[in-house]
Amino acid sequence: MPSTLTDLAPMLPEIWLAAMACVVLVADVYAGRGRITVAYLLAQLSLLGALWLLLRDRSAVPVSLFDGAFLRDELADLLKLFVLALTAAAFAYARGYLRDRGLERGEYFTLGLFGVLGMMVLISAGSLLTLYLGLELLALSLYAMVALHRDSLEASEAAMKYFVLGALASGMALYGISLLYGVTGTLGLDEVARAAAADGADPVMLLALAFVVVGVAFKLGAVPFHMWIPDVYHGAPAAVALYVGAAPKIAGFALAMRLLVEGLGGLQGQWADMLTVLAVLSLAVGNVVAIAQTNIKRMLGYSTISHMGFLLLGLLAGTRDGYGAAMFYALTYALMAAGAFGVVAVMSRGCEAERLDDYRGLNARNPWLAFLMLVLMFSMAGVPPTVGFYAKLTVLKAVIDVGALWLAVLAVIFSVIGAFYYLRVVKLMYFDEPPQEAPVHAGLEAGTVLSVNGLAVLGLGILPGALLALCLQAVG
Amino acid sequence: MIPLSHYLVLGAALFCIAVAGVFLNRKNVIVLLMAIELMLLAVNTNFVAFARYLGDTTGQVFVFFVLTVAAAEAAIGLAILVVLFRNRGSINVDDLDRMKG
Repeated sequence: MPSTLTDLAPMLPEIWLAAMACVVLVADVYAGRGRITVAYLLAQLSLLGALWLLLRDRSAVPVSLFDGAFLRDELADLLKLFVLALTAAAFAYARGYLRDRGLERGEYFTLGLFGVLGMMVLISAGSLLTLYLGLELLALSLYAMVALHRDSLEASEAAMKYFVLGALASGMALYGISLLYGVTGTLGLDEVARAAAADGADPVMLLALAFVVVGVAFKLGAVPFHMWIPDVYHGAPAAVALYVGAAPKIAGFALAMRLLVEGLGGLQGQWADMLTVLAVLSLAVGNVVAIAQTNIKRMLGYSTISHMGFLLLGLLAGTRDGYGAAMFYALTYALMAAGAFGVVAVMSRGCEAERLDDYRGLNARNPWLAFLMLVLMFSMAGVPPTVGFYAKLTVLKAVIDVGALWLAVLAVIFSVIGAFYYLRVVKLMYFDEPPQEAPVHAGLEAGTVLSVNGLAVLGLGILPGALLALCLQAVG
Repeated sequence: MIPLSHYLVLGAALFCIAVAGVFLNRKNVIVLLMAIELMLLAVNTNFVAFARYLGDTTGQVFVFFVLTVAAAEAAIGLAILVVLFRNRGSINVDDLDRMKG
């Protein structure tokens, strides 16, 4: 156990965020008029401060605290870096949207910060208890955020569906965790891993594994546990959908990594089979159903499902290259999703731009925004030289290396099917007449962040080596 | 002394009732919330039984955390329920059909 305060230094980013989330909560109550600005600036300050604390002193990494319940390793630091940066970007995109909607309260930012705290605890989890607490802190924040627009029927309905299904999945995962505890007699993931490696064929262990996989699949949104994704993305305000769609995917990857790979690595043969079914179904359902959508948020929801299929492909390969590829996929997908939802949020400034038709002729109304959306859509479809192409390539390479050629072929076929609906957005933006001539203004701040986001997708696609090497090092 | 397996069967039975409650209930959202609570209590039974059987207190500590999370979860669930009722005028599960596709 830590004996002095300085022993807690490795978890300073989390402590700082917890304190600042409370500060934002209180400051928002007393701020009066212009409260969104106060809450927004404080929230960005919290995220930047946490980033600085994270990167400031990394000499002690890897390190574990509280008897191994809290881990800080390369994996945790890289994932946290992306979570913090993407959330900061999401807040920047959301600000104008919230102000225009009469949602000018600090709740969005307070809940957002608590959600980030939950993700960071989850990412650093070294025991089943911290894992569960991080997961729930994130999930509870997200339920409340989806219902943020309380006069909207869609939002409250989406929140209720998300809450019931999410609580059900958490309960399933928790039941699995209780069985794991019963079989192994410990909550520490390292000791669970030793027990799993020793007596992996134990039937209770396999039952526990099945429940745990349900929980992971739900958090990622893999078919058949995907029902919440389209409704939440559709019903939630764009500002919330953009938060839900980006950083929590990284947390979902961390959950799979900590629980399945580090905790239950000894059962890799068993969970790889389960993940294969989930991955194939996700790729098929996500890509095919997305074609039929006319609402862009719903379409992006189904696109998320198909991308999670790809992520699972990397995980189920079960090699270091596979885990590295899955991590690269999770990070770059979160980057693309933040950008794509950022464009939706910026477009929705005046009135909701949810229908695909609202994007007709965007090139005539704001050429730069249309170009950024083009890059993001190409990246999601996997067109070189964007990062989406490289992410798909590394995953496919890892899958082929373990001899699962049929999976790779299937993934490519469904990606080609999926390319249709991404390219349809590009066609609408560039080759159709705009329904109205009024130019779209992104605003200086959101526009700058969006440009950096879009160009990062392009830049990482041209020079993916450094990030991929970091990912491989983190999982190795 | 009651053997461990009795507690585990009780936990499993409660858990199954809870899952069935979520899937079979088509009338009332409040019943869904009750089913979710029941599910967490089933897990707590498991944890306490295992902790006693293993002679290890961490399982009981976990129960306290689960109880706390369950309280927070119920608060958020009921808050969403109130918002939903204000907008929809109904808490019938079958009425949650605004979004399709």
